[in-house]
Amino acid sequence: MVDLKPKTPLDNMVPLTIGSVTFAELDAGVLTSVSPYVGQENALSDALKTAHGMALPAPNRTTGKDGARAIWFGREQALLVGVSPDQTLAKFAALTDQTDAWAVTTLKGAQAVDVLARLTPLDLREATFKRGHTARSDLMHMNASITRTGADTFMIMVFRSMAQTLLHDIQTAMEGVAARG
Amino acid sequence: MRLANKGLIDRKAPVSFSFDGVTYNGFQGDTLASALLANEVRLVARSFKYHRPRGVLTAGSEEPNALTTIGSGAQADPNVRATVQEIYSGLEARSQNAWPSLGFDAMAINDLAAPFLGAGFYYKTFMWPRAFWERVYEPIIRRAAGLGALSGQANADKYERAFAHCDLLVIGAGPAGLMAALTAARAGVDVILADEDSIMGGRLNAETHRVDGQAGCDWAASVVAELADMDNVRLMTRTTVTGAYDQGTYGALERVNHHTNLRDGKAVLETFWRIAAKQTVRAAGALERPIAFQTNDRPGIMMAGAVRAYVNRWGVAPGKTVTVFANNDDAHRTAINLQDAGVHVAAVIDSRANAKALGDYRLITGAEVCATSGRKALESITYRTASGSDSISTDCLAMSGGWNPSVHMTCHMNGRPTWREDIASFVPTAGSIPNMTVAGACNGDFSTAACLAAGVTAAQDVLAALGVKFVDVTIPEAENSVYKMEPLWAVAGKGRAWLDFQNDVSVKDIKQAARENFRFVEHMKRYTTQGMATDQGKNSNVNALALLADATGRGIPETGTTTFRPPYSPVSIAAMGAGAQGKGFMPERFITSHAATVERGAPMMEAGLWYRPSYFPAKDETNWRQSCDREVNLVREAVGICDVSTLGKIDIQGPDAAALLDFVYTNMFSTLKVGRVRYGLMLREDGHVMDDGTTARLSDTHFVMTTTTAAAGQVMRHLEFVTQCLRPDWDVRFVSVTEQWAQFAVAGPKARDLLNGVLDTPIDNDNWPFMACGDVTVAGVQGRLFRISFSGEHAYEIAVPARYGDGVFRLLLKQAEAMGGGAYGMEALNVLRIEKGFITHSEIHGRVTAFDVGMDRMISAKKDCIGKVMAQRDGLLDEDREQLMGFKPVGVVKQLTAGAHFYPEDEEATPDNDQGYMTSVGFSPTFGHFLGLGFVRGGPARAGDRLRMVDAIRGIEAVVEVCHPVFLDPKGERTRG
Repeated sequence: MVDLKPKTPLDNMVPLTIGSVTFAELDAGVLTSVSPYVGQENALSDALKTAHGMALPAPNRTTGKDGARAIWFGREQALLVGVSPDQTLAKFAALTDQTDAWAVTTLKGAQAVDVLARLTPLDLREATFKRGHTARSDLMHMNASITRTGADTFMIMVFRSMAQTLLHDIQTAMEGVAARG
Repeated sequence: MRLANKGLIDRKAPVSFSFDGVTYNGFQGDTLASALLANEVRLVARSFKYHRPRGVLTAGSEEPNALTTIGSGAQADPNVRATVQEIYSGLEARSQNAWPSLGFDAMAINDLAAPFLGAGFYYKTFMWPRAFWERVYEPIIRRAAGLGALSGQANADKYERAFAHCDLLVIGAGPAGLMAALTAARAGVDVILADEDSIMGGRLNAETHRVDGQAGCDWAASVVAELADMDNVRLMTRTTVTGAYDQGTYGALERVNHHTNLRDGKAVLETFWRIAAKQTVRAAGALERPIAFQTNDRPGIMMAGAVRAYVNRWGVAPGKTVTVFANNDDAHRTAINLQDAGVHVAAVIDSRANAKALGDYRLITGAEVCATSGRKALESITYRTASGSDSISTDCLAMSGGWNPSVHMTCHMNGRPTWREDIASFVPTAGSIPNMTVAGACNGDFSTAACLAAGVTAAQDVLAALGVKFVDVTIPEAENSVYKMEPLWAVAGKGRAWLDFQNDVSVKDIKQAARENFRFVEHMKRYTTQGMATDQGKNSNVNALALLADATGRGIPETGTTTFRPPYSPVSIAAMGAGAQGKGFMPERFITSHAATVERGAPMMEAGLWYRPSYFPAKDETNWRQSCDREVNLVREAVGICDVSTLGKIDIQGPDAAALLDFVYTNMFSTLKVGRVRYGLMLREDGHVMDDGTTARLSDTHFVMTTTTAAAGQVMRHLEFVTQCLRPDWDVRFVSVTEQWAQFAVAGPKARDLLNGVLDTPIDNDNWPFMACGDVTVAGVQGRLFRISFSGEHAYEIAVPARYGDGVFRLLLKQAEAMGGGAYGMEALNVLRIEKGFITHSEIHGRVTAFDVGMDRMISAKKDCIGKVMAQRDGLLDEDREQLMGFKPVGVVKQLTAGAHFYPEDEEATPDNDQGYMTSVGFSPTFGHFLGLGFVRGGPARAGDRLRMVDAIRGIEAVVEVCHPVFLDPKGERTRG
C-alpha cells in the first residue's frame, strides 16, 4: 500500500531564530472547533470538565493547559486543542475537525512581544494580556488567533494556506527588532 | 565657527559628510545644520517660490528654510530638515529647488518678477484656456516652485509599522514632560515618553539654566537615566508624535536609522507607531516667532532661541558679530550666552522703549530693524529709532518676537485654541483632545520652574484619572523669570517683509488678501498659501493672524486660527504604508499541491489571495494554448486531476441546518437524502445572484456547503448575517473547513478506474451514483468523496485532510499519467465548463438575476428564500432582459474575446445599438473553434441570430451566432453511468 506522508504547513521551513526570538511550528495534536448549540453553554462546559478537565472558556480566555487546552475562538466557538473530543460533547455542541485547517506556531523569547507589536494592534502588555489570555485579531493582513502560553511565549495560529506569509511577516518583524539590538 | 569647550557634541568622534558635493567635518551629535554653521556654510537653500537665498532659521523641526535631500538614487530622501538630520559618516546631503546650483539659481528670476507673483497670482493669471489648467500650467508651476523630488525608483529601504500601548503618553521631554513622566512612572503606571530630538531635555539642552543646582542638561540626563531604569517606562527618542486620533490613539514617527549609515536591508529606517494611551500629557514646548521686517530672510538671520541652541547645545557660533533684535527679555540672554562664549555682540535692538539690559552689552531701545543687506549672507542691518536710523555691520541677526505655545496637536480633533492677551499668543483650550492634559511652555508657562511644576501637576491629574495613588515628588529649584514681552508683529516699511518663509508669503500678501476680500482666515490661508503644507504655520501662524486682524479691523481672537492638521511634521508615505512592500502587500494563500505544481513548471495565477496553476506545460509545448488544448482533451478522453481546494467549504450542523439551507438557497435542501449532493443557487436580498455551489448531506443534521473561490468570504458573512440577525432562533452552527480539506477533482471517462486504484475500498455506479457522497479511505487516510462534475464528465472530487494534500495530489497524478491522463489547470477548467455552459462569477457578476442565467425555475415555489420576493419585481423578469446564451464565431474572424459587446450585424457599434456582452470565452478543442458565454437581449428568443461582436479595446471584431449556452452533452449523459 502507498504510504502517504503528512506535511505540516511550514514543513522544513522553521524553526527560525533571530536575535533572542524563536519562531517554530507546534505539533498541537488534534484541533476541534466546538460550537455550543442554543442554550447548551453550561451543559457543554460541564461535559468538557468531565471529559477533558477544562471548562468552556470565556471570551478572550483559555482553559486547560499545555497539551490539552480550550481556546476561545470567536462568537459561540472554542477550539479544543490537543485532545480528540469525547463523543459526549457532540450532544451539546457542533464538533468539527480543524486539525489541518490552521498553521499552529509559537513565538518565544524576551522580545517576542516586540515582534508581535509590529504585526498586531493587540495590547500584549503582561498586565493586560496574561498567560492564558487569547484574542482573535489582525496579524499584518491575516486573521489570527494569538494566545499567551507563557511569560515570553505566544501561540499564533493563521489559516494553513497563509503559513508562508506568516513566516515572511514574522521574519521581517524579527529582523527589524533584532537590528535594533 | 566652532566654539571651544561648549556643547553636547562628542569632540572625540569626528564625522565627515558632504553637502552639495563638498566634504565637511563635524562631530557626533551635530545636526546637518549645526555642522554646516560650524563650517560657516550660510546659504543652504533656495526659497519655494522666489528662489531667494536662504539659510538656517531655527534649530528644530519647525525649520522652514533648510530643506535638503539626503542620499542619492533610489534612497534619496527629499525635504529633510537640516536642523533635524543628524550627521553620520558618509552622509550625502544636497540642496533643493536650485538650478544649476545653489549659488547661482536661474529661477531666482522669479524674485525680480515678484511684484507680479504675489498672493492670488496663479488664480488670476492661469484662468484660460480651461484645457491648459492641468496639462500646461500645473506642470510649469510645479517645476518652478517646488521642494525636493523622489527618485521615481523603487526604494529597498525598510520601513516598519508598530503598535504601542500605555497608561500615559508624554509628548515632549523638556522640563515639563520629564517631570510628568517621572511623577507618573514613580507611581507605577506604564509610561511612554516620546521626544522628537535625539537627546531628551528639550530647551534644557539649549539654554544655560540651572536646575536643582546643576546644569539643566545634566539634570535632564539624570532624570532620563532614572526613567530608563524603570520597567514601566519606555523612552522613545527621535520620535515625533504626529497626530491625535480617536480613542486615545496617536500617530508617531520614529526616525530609527536616519542618523546612521546602516542600510543592510534588515535594519529599519523609520517606524510608524500607533500609540494607544489611556491618558496623555502634551508637553511639546513653544516655538519662537519671527518678526516681519524688510528682507528678514537673508542667510544669517535666525531665531534668537536657535542661536542660543547652536551656542550651548552644539558649540557653534552662527556668526562672528551677532546682533539681537527682540521685543522681549528672554532674547537678551542670547547676547549674554554669546558673550560668555567669546562671540562679539554688536548690539541688542529692542522694540520696547523701556527695555533694560540684562548684561554688559550695547542696548538700543525703542528701535526696530527696518532693512538688511547681503545677498547670499547677511552683511549689515539698518535700524530705526524715533531719532533716526543707523546701520550696523553684522553677519548674524538673532530675532525674537516672543514665543508661541505649540498648540497644533490640541487642534487635531477640531478644537480651537484660546487667545491669551498676557502672552499675546494662543494656548490650547482644555478638553480639546479627550484625556489629554497640556503642561509647560506648550500651555503658556515659560519659566523653567513653572514648567517643572506644571509637569507634576499634570501627572497628578493623570494619576487621579487612572485611579492611581500619587507618590510625592520634589520639584527641583530652577530659573523662574517673568516673561516680559510687548507684541511686535511687523515693522512698517516698504518692500517684502517675510512671514511664512517656507511658502514665501510676505506681509504684503496678507494685506492684499484682506484688500481683495479674502478676510476669513481660512480664505486668507488658501489665497496666500500661508501656513500650508508641511510647515502648518509653525513659524508664521500667529503673526499672519495678527496682521490679518489688523488689516480687517478685528481682534486676533475674533480672527481666529486656521485649522492645524496632522501630521505635526512630515511623515513619509513609505512609513505610513510600511510593511506593504513586496510580499507584505497581501497574504499569499497556497494550495497543498503548490510545491508539486510549481515543480511541474506550471505558471501560477492569482485567484483572490490564492495561487492556482494556469496550465501544466508538457515537454515541447511552447504556447499555453497547446497545454490547454491537451489538458481539455485528456479530461474528455481519459482522466484529469485538478486542485479545487480553494473553493469555500462550510461545515453546517444542528437541528435547523436544513432550514437554514432552504432559506439561503433558492432550491430545496431539506429533502436531500443523506449521502447525496445537490447544486444550489443563492440570491442576495435584492434578488440578484450571490453565489452557487454544491452542498452535501452527511447526516440529518450535518451538511457541507461549497462556495465559489471568489465568494467564500461573502457567503460566510451572509450566513453569519442570516443566523445572527434574521433567524437567531435557529439552532444551527457552521464553521469554515476550507483549510481543513485538500480537495481534488478527478474528471474524465477513466475517473472511477483511477479512484479504484487508490481507494482502499473500490466504488461502483450502484454504490456511488452521480451526486453521491460519503466517506472513503485513501491509503488508510480518511477522506470524503463527492461525485460531482464541473467539467461535464464522469467526475469526482476527493477531499483529504490538508496534511495529506501533497501526497494525495502526487498519487492521483501518478495514476492519471499511467492512464493517459494528467493534471489540468485553470485554463482547461475554464474551457471545460464553457463547453458545458456552467457559470462562474464572470457570469454571476452581481448584476444578474436567476432569470438572467436561465435558472428562475430553481426558485422553489414551495418555500420562501432570501431574495425570492425581490427577484419577482417587474423588470427583473422582462423577456427583453439580457440573458445568458452561448456564442460561436460564424464569420471570417474566429477569435472571440470576453468583454466584447454585441450589436446587430448591420448596425453601428454604438451604445444605442448595444445588444449585450461576452463574459467568458475559450478555444474548444472538442469543437475546434472558440466558444463564448455572454448576455444578449431577449436571451433564448435570439437563438440562431447573427450579431456583430466588437471588442473596442482590443480592436477585434467578429460575427457570432447566438446558441444555447450548453454546447456539449446537453442531457448530461457523460456524467452518469
